[in-house]
Amino acid sequence: MGFTLPGEDIAQRAKAGKKRPVAPRSFYRARTTGAGGHKARRRRLLVRSLFLLPAVLYLLALFLYPIIYNVFISVQRYSAVSFIQNSGQFNGLVNYRAVVNSASPTIGHVLINTLLFVGVSLVFQYGIGLALAVFFSRRFPANAFLRSLILIPWLLPPVVSGTILTFMFDTQSGLINRVLTGTGLVSHPVDWLSSPHMALVTVIIASIWIGIPFNMVLLYGGYQEIPRQLFEAARVDGAGPFRTFRYIAFPMLRNVSSVVVLLGIIYTLKAFDQIYVMTGGGPANGTQVLSTWSYVLSFTNLNFGQGAAVGNMLMAVSLVCALIYVRLYGRAGTLS
Amino acid sequence: MTAVKRFRRRAAPWLNLTAAIIIVLVLLSPLYWAAVTSLKTQNQAYATPAALLPPTPNFHAYAHVVQTQGHALLTSLLIAFGTAILTLIIATPAAYALAHFRFRITGVVILGMLAAQMVPTIVIGTSLYKTYTHTGLLNSYPGLILADSTYAVPFAILVLRAFLIGIPTELLEAAAIDGAGELRRFFRVIIPLSKPGLLSVTLFAFLFAWGDFLFALTLTTTSAIVPVTLSIYSYLGVSIQNWPLVMAASLFAAVPAAVFLVVVQRVVKGGLVSTGLKG
Repeated sequence: MGFTLPGEDIAQRAKAGKKRPVAPRSFYRARTTGAGGHKARRRRLLVRSLFLLPAVLYLLALFLYPIIYNVFISVQRYSAVSFIQNSGQFNGLVNYRAVVNSASPTIGHVLINTLLFVGVSLVFQYGIGLALAVFFSRRFPANAFLRSLILIPWLLPPVVSGTILTFMFDTQSGLINRVLTGTGLVSHPVDWLSSPHMALVTVIIASIWIGIPFNMVLLYGGYQEIPRQLFEAARVDGAGPFRTFRYIAFPMLRNVSSVVVLLGIIYTLKAFDQIYVMTGGGPANGTQVLSTWSYVLSFTNLNFGQGAAVGNMLMAVSLVCALIYVRLYGRAGTLS
Repeated sequence: MTAVKRFRRRAAPWLNLTAAIIIVLVLLSPLYWAAVTSLKTQNQAYATPAALLPPTPNFHAYAHVVQTQGHALLTSLLIAFGTAILTLIIATPAAYALAHFRFRITGVVILGMLAAQMVPTIVIGTSLYKTYTHTGLLNSYPGLILADSTYAVPFAILVLRAFLIGIPTELLEAAAIDGAGELRRFFRVIIPLSKPGLLSVTLFAFLFAWGDFLFALTLTTTSAIVPVTLSIYSYLGVSIQNWPLVMAASLFAAVPAAVFLVVVQRVVKGGLVSTGLKG
C-alpha cells in the first residue's frame, strides 16, 4: 500500500511486543513527525492544520486587522464625506493632539472618570463578591438555589440592566428615591442621573451590581478548592473566623483573586452599553469614559480619526492589563 | 452554657438561610421592582406611596410589547442562533486541534485568543463599520453575526480546549487503531464526548449575541435590522414616561438569561463555575 493506514504503525509496534505502543501524549506527535512516508506525513499535517486554520484566519481578520486598521484610521483626516468615500488623508498625530487638547470634555476629565469608574467598581465588586463567596461556603438549606439566583444580574444583557437601573434611580418615580424620601433619610429627591457628579456615582453603583456575581462565582470556586484540613488545623490552633480568613483563605485565594481583578479591570474598561444607556456619557460629560467618548467622537460627531485615537488609548491601557493577565494565566493556569 | 451552644448550632443554618434570603432580595430588588411595575398601569406606577404589589395586575404592557417588539425579538433570536452556530463551527475544530495536536504555533494561537478577549469592542466596531460600508455588510444579518461572534469565539475556544484536554488520548488511539481517520475521529469520538462542553459554549455564544448592543448600534444605520437591545434603547428614549411598558420590554429581553440559568443548572452539574467565564 502506498500509505500507512491510520494507526498501523502503532499496531505494528504493539505486535512487536511493546506493551504500551507509545506514551499517551506522544501518540499524536509520533503521528506528525514519526512513521509514515514523507508524503503521508505532509498530508497529515495538512489535514490537521485545516482544523486550526479557520480560527487563525478568524483571529487575524476580526481582531488583528481591526486593531491595525484602527491605528490607520487614527492617523488620517476624516470628514463625514471622506469616511464614506474611503479617502482620508494622512495627517500624522493631528487627531491625537486634538484629543489631548480637547476642551469639552478634557482628556484629564475622561481619564479620571475612567479611572474612578474602573477603580471604585472593582474595589466594591471584589469586596462584596468575596464576602458573598465566603458566606455561601457555609452550609444551609437552599444554598445552591439562592446562589444561582444571584447570577441573574450577570446574565442580563447590559442594556436591560441599564434600563432597569435607570428606572430604579429615576428622580421622580424611582424606587431608590421613594425609599430614601419615604423613610426620611433625605429631604429632597436625589438627582441620581441628572447631576454630573451624582451620575458618575450612579453608573458606578450599576456597574458594581452587574459585576458582583462574576466575582462571587470565581471566588466561590476558588474558595472550594482550599483544602478543608487547613481550616480545621486553624480551628484546632484556636484561630477565630477572622484570623482564619485573614491568614488562610485570603492568601490561598491569591491566584484566583489576581485573575478576577485583572479580568474585572479589562471588562470594566470595555464597558459601554450600560453607561451609554443610562447617561449617554452625560450630563455635561459627567460620565464620559474612554469607550463612550470614542463612540461619541466617531459616530455622533462623525470624527472617526479622533474616535479611533481615543479607541487606541483604550486599547493601549487594555493591552498592558492583557500582558499582565497572560503572564498570570500562564503561571496559574487555573481558569477555564 | 451547653444549651446555648446546642441552640446556636441548631439555629445557625436557619439564621444563615435568613441572611442569604435577605441578600438575594436586596440584590434582585431592581428586577422585582421592574416586574411589579410592568404589571401596573401607568397611573399606578406613578402613585405615591408606591404599591409593593401590583394592585390590579394587568398584562397590557406585555401585550403591547409582544405587538411592537415581536419583530425585534425574532431578529435577536436569528442573530443569536447564527452567532452560536458560527462560533461552534470555528471554535470546535480549533479547540480540538489546540488540545490534541502540537503545532509550532499552538502557544501563539492560545495567547492570541487570550489577548483577543481584551480588545475593546468599540475598536472592533469602528473598524468593522468602515470595512462593512465598503463590503455591503452594513445593515445585514451576516455582518452582525460575524461581529457578534467576536464576543464568543476566543472564549469558546479556550473553554472547549480546556474541556477537550480532559478527553483521554487513549480513546483517540483506539479509534485510530480501528481505522478511523482524522475527520472520523473528530466527528465520531470528539464531538459525542464533548456534548456538555459544546452545549455550554453554545449557550454562552447565544447569550453574548442576544445581549449585544454596541455592534447593533454601530453596524446598523437604517431600521432594516433592529435587535431587541437597540429596540429597548429607542423605547427608553421615546416612552420614558411609560415605565410599565419599558420594564415589560426589558424583562421580555431578559427571558433568555432565565432560560439559560435553568438549562445550565440542569445540564452542567456544578453550575457555571466549571464552564468558565463570561467575556
